[in-house]
Amino acid sequence: MDKNFNLIVNGVGGQGVITLLSLIDQSAMIEGYDIRSSELHGLSQRGGSVETHIRFGKKVNSPLISNGTADLIFSLEMMEALRETSKAGKQTKFLINEFLSPFQGSLPSEEIKKQLDLLKNELYIIPASKICKEKLQNEVVSTLYLLGYAIAKNLMPIKKESILKAIEQIIPEKYRELNINAFNLGYGNK
Amino acid sequence: MKKEILLGNDAIIKGALASGVNFVSGYPGCPSAEIGDDLAKILARRSLGEGGPNIYVEWSSNEKTALEASIGASFSGLKTLVNMKSFGINVCSDALLPLAYTGTKAPMVIVVADDPSCYSSAQSEQDSRGYAFLSHIPVLDPADPQECYEFTKLGFEISEKFNIPVILRLTTRVAHQRSIVNFETATSKDLLGKGEFVKNPNQFCTMPPRVLQMKKELLEKIKKIQAYAEKSKANKVFGKNNSKIGIITTGISFLHSMEAVSEMELSLPILKLGFFYPLPEKMIADFIKGKSKLLIAEEMDPYIEKEVIRIAKEVNPKIKIFGEDSLPQIGELNSELICMALAKITGKKYQKFSLKKIDLPKRTARLCEGCPYWYIFPTVKRIAPEGTIFGGDIGCNMMGVLPPHNMYDYMFCMGSSIGISHGVSKSTNQKVISMMGDGTFFHSGIEGLINAVYNKSNPLMIVLDNRITAMTGHQTNAGMGKTIMGEDTEELQIAEIAKACGVKHIKVLDPINIKELEDTIKDFLTKDEISLIVCKRICALLDRRQKAKSN
Repeated sequence: MDKNFNLIVNGVGGQGVITLLSLIDQSAMIEGYDIRSSELHGLSQRGGSVETHIRFGKKVNSPLISNGTADLIFSLEMMEALRETSKAGKQTKFLINEFLSPFQGSLPSEEIKKQLDLLKNELYIIPASKICKEKLQNEVVSTLYLLGYAIAKNLMPIKKESILKAIEQIIPEKYRELNINAFNLGYGNK
Repeated sequence: MKKEILLGNDAIIKGALASGVNFVSGYPGCPSAEIGDDLAKILARRSLGEGGPNIYVEWSSNEKTALEASIGASFSGLKTLVNMKSFGINVCSDALLPLAYTGTKAPMVIVVADDPSCYSSAQSEQDSRGYAFLSHIPVLDPADPQECYEFTKLGFEISEKFNIPVILRLTTRVAHQRSIVNFETATSKDLLGKGEFVKNPNQFCTMPPRVLQMKKELLEKIKKIQAYAEKSKANKVFGKNNSKIGIITTGISFLHSMEAVSEMELSLPILKLGFFYPLPEKMIADFIKGKSKLLIAEEMDPYIEKEVIRIAKEVNPKIKIFGEDSLPQIGELNSELICMALAKITGKKYQKFSLKKIDLPKRTARLCEGCPYWYIFPTVKRIAPEGTIFGGDIGCNMMGVLPPHNMYDYMFCMGSSIGISHGVSKSTNQKVISMMGDGTFFHSGIEGLINAVYNKSNPLMIVLDNRITAMTGHQTNAGMGKTIMGEDTEELQIAEIAKACGVKHIKVLDPINIKELEDTIKDFLTKDEISLIVCKRICALLDRRQKAKSN
């Protein structure tokens, strides 16, 4: 990998953004990359929009991704995905959870989809929350489902084994199996 | 040596443990709260028999009592770490300034975390570095988690060598940055139990004429620390120093500057200052000699710029210094902004990415599902007569200022709603309702209550007691009967405190009993004296977590 990989993970506070970020960070370190990521806590997390940045590669300087330079925008919520489109460069791919956390003024999901479809960017809209609720009785692990999907589709230059190792290292034993199941489910659904 | 990905705040814990810290006090705020939270988790593993350091940690009742606790510990020979967010230093400043005069006995590092762009801060975009000039306390400014670790150790070293507290100043993008950190694991034998207070009133009592002698000693110390800073590796030139153009930077702006220089394929030197105060003036003078242009890449206030302008007057008066004229003083910096400044200075082209226009409503922070405040805000708003003035405070109740509540008429700092309500109540014939959370009541709300009783005003104070300090991530407070380590302690009763302060009309209720809340508001608004309603109901998130845990 010549250039640093720039990944924006965003969603709504409480969706498990930070756990996802920690897992990707850890996997990138396992692969031998330098990493920097930046996250937000506190007020901005209480049901508001949360945008985190992850960069990995040979040598990373700033923890923030410049507008237009994201390789992948990984959105856990559709309205938040739409918000990110303003910063998308030509190369930016989108991986979006087909999930809506409504608030005053949010658009219906058909309208969001219509607007997203106008993008010329590579776009994946996956009903991860729905699938995880049905098959695993847990919506929060939809982040792992999407991560599995991203790896299977080569949306992120990280190997499956590195993610599984990172899950081993980071996720508490009690939840490990559930997380691995969600990851494998997403990985298999390419 | 260990190598792990760490959050900046967690790297500070590692640095403190590697330095042999004995005593940690603080008040939770964003972006510093993980320092106390995660240290308590490390210590809890010790009590489970998993080994680890033997040190003392507390969430204090506010930042002033936190600093004072650590002053006592330092005077008793214990190495101390104090942690708080930006505004915390305002609260503890009354104790901070004399501490610079007396100096420390055992070393002390004070972590202060600023929040450029106000991601989690309501009251101001404060640049706490300014306290260096006010207090003459050394300030270190790390850029990333590795430096959080190293500068914490450096802070303890400087403090030990010069008997002075050292401020480690963070910003959100440093405290909440994750990257790979190499660190030494702490050995628990270094970290031990009780100290001893050896009497020395000559050092510990500030009183004229001795206090002026102390000031002289302090200023002499700073001279010595400045000489130390000149040699410190914390200040360093990156890149070949043979260009006519250079950058001076500090903290997170260093990383953005490195990014910008590499993105624009420029070859110019960067002087990175790890010491904000005292500045290595000789090093700066050497760096700017022979240069024609200089960019000061500094977030928020142009403190360094002003110092460099002063230094340049002597050593290179012709140099053109760019800073506040080329970078915003509002909001955080990033590499894009620095690229634009560099384009202006070097004449090299930089194509700024133009954001595509997309007009979407903002998703602001809001109360969680099931939050007890959902019962309180609409009820209070409905029952209060038209024209009632509402004061809000810091914590989850801040949401009262946002839609759909749109309720507050003023909102300032921790504990201020009752203090200001008293002033409004004295000055007008209007009804005044003052809202505040339980954590804030214990932090600094009691003082305002005392003033209102003592000086005879009649606002209605409503304490939204959700049984925890919720907004910053569920930290314990004095009303919970639990310490940071989960040990049992006295559970302070807000109503009892108010009663002891002379409040005559007090009601404690569960806000889901809306009728009772309505009737009490109606009744209390007719009183000539101050009145208090304590709306007591557990934070919905905490309740769910506790139930999940017990299942």
